[in-house]
Amino acid sequence: MCGIVGLFLKKDDLRPRLGDLLTDMLITMTDRGPDSAGIAIYGDAADGLKMTIQSATPDEHFDGLEETLTALLRAPVRMRVIDTHAVLTLPEGSEAEVRAFMAEKGIRVMGVGDSMEIFKEVGLPKDVAARFGIRQMAGSHGIGHTRMATESAVTTLGAHPFSTDENQCLVHNGSLSNHNRMRRELARKGFAPQTENDTEVAACYISSRLAEGANLGEALDGTLQDLDGFFTFVVGTKNGFGVVRDPIACKPAVMAETEDYVAFGSEYRAFAGLPGIETARVWEPEPATVYFWER
Amino acid sequence: MQTIDMASTELRQLNSTLQAQSTKTDDAEWVIENTRGAHALAVGLDAPIKVTVKGSTGYYCAGMNKRADIYVTGSVGPGVAENMISGSVTVDGDASQYAGATGHGGLLNIRGNASSRCGISMKGIDIVVHGNVGHMSAFMAQSGNLVILGDAGDALGDSLYEARLFVRGKVKSLGADCIEKEMRPEHLEFLADILKRAGADAKPEEFKRYGSARKLYNFNVDHADEY
Repeated sequence: MCGIVGLFLKKDDLRPRLGDLLTDMLITMTDRGPDSAGIAIYGDAADGLKMTIQSATPDEHFDGLEETLTALLRAPVRMRVIDTHAVLTLPEGSEAEVRAFMAEKGIRVMGVGDSMEIFKEVGLPKDVAARFGIRQMAGSHGIGHTRMATESAVTTLGAHPFSTDENQCLVHNGSLSNHNRMRRELARKGFAPQTENDTEVAACYISSRLAEGANLGEALDGTLQDLDGFFTFVVGTKNGFGVVRDPIACKPAVMAETEDYVAFGSEYRAFAGLPGIETARVWEPEPATVYFWER
Repeated sequence: MQTIDMASTELRQLNSTLQAQSTKTDDAEWVIENTRGAHALAVGLDAPIKVTVKGSTGYYCAGMNKRADIYVTGSVGPGVAENMISGSVTVDGDASQYAGATGHGGLLNIRGNASSRCGISMKGIDIVVHGNVGHMSAFMAQSGNLVILGDAGDALGDSLYEARLFVRGKVKSLGADCIEKEMRPEHLEFLADILKRAGADAKPEEFKRYGSARKLYNFNVDHADEY
């Protein structure tokens, strides 16, 4: 199963409510995925590069980390700790050095971007959302996922969204059958998945295509040719939000659009609390058809 | 008329109240409010009652319906009116996949579009879709009628038995063993009647009929080497 949700705001009025609306959408999809949950939210741009990190032992790992990194980079680093995650604001150009530092310490990097933050953990969506205070978060767009695991273990790193390049993230409902072969091909291109999870392979595939110069629409279109299996993908980028379903389209999907937003849900139930949903245009995305919105 | 507010009613209570109308009908008309996309609304009914579902629904709305006339003002999720026996289900909006699957009778009237696998394995139900239908519609359909005012997606009527398919728009592709057939007077007569009953703005002459070539009914010995 799995449940996926997404919300892309067309106007700024709803920005302060993005986290609140996404949290309700996510919790409604608990029946589809009670194992773990996650959310990627595009909030305010930081003065520098945002890096979301995660640790199984946050008390130990995050203690004094801000000072250690500031000393290491000889530039101010800010850290906001949120439960098992922390969002770092780093000086531009320091990503590689910080990644190497985190790898050595055993701290996981969830994602990097100008405005993107990623939070995911094992547990019921309502608990995960509460731990990270997602309801209070503001932003322009975000995607979320409730997981019922099939292809890899129920772990924090197996939860969605997956971010495999700057400002990019992906959530998936389905299962891929050619992910082992794709994994080898992507590793040769420099986009090696870090986990055993099939969805991360799809995220790496899209990142590799975008890195080659494809736009989001072209990268999503490529999944239809190169990925085998069942999928409904929802993808976030710095300015955009995209949706694609495999040609068989047995994984459910519904979309709603008003003057204020575009919303995606595995089921209509996820939309029930959205403002103006009664008069929204509601439709099912066509199989093998790419949809994307950019601001 | 009785109104049931789903904000303060459990789903099982709603369905058992409506199902209980088969033995003792309290009221001929029911309205269900605040559905918020819930699954399995108004299922297993067996009474000559009218039920209006306000808003959009999730999976399996109006499943296994017998005798009741169910009207949904919004869109419906997968499996609307699955295995209907008689009565009618009308949807103002769109229907998701496998609408009317395995239905034995009654009328499913979808005023918007239906997505993939509409009427899969239908066994006597009549389905009218005012918009388009998705791929693999009427797959292995056994009997009944699927009337499409818009276009049909890929592989319409794949492995079809004796259901009749009528399409006014374009057919992207026909499935295995599905062919276009001549429109005879009885088909025009049938269409005139069902279009009227469905409140559809279309003329019988605008449709083409598709049915089974009946080549998959028996094993073809020339294909023995392929197995």
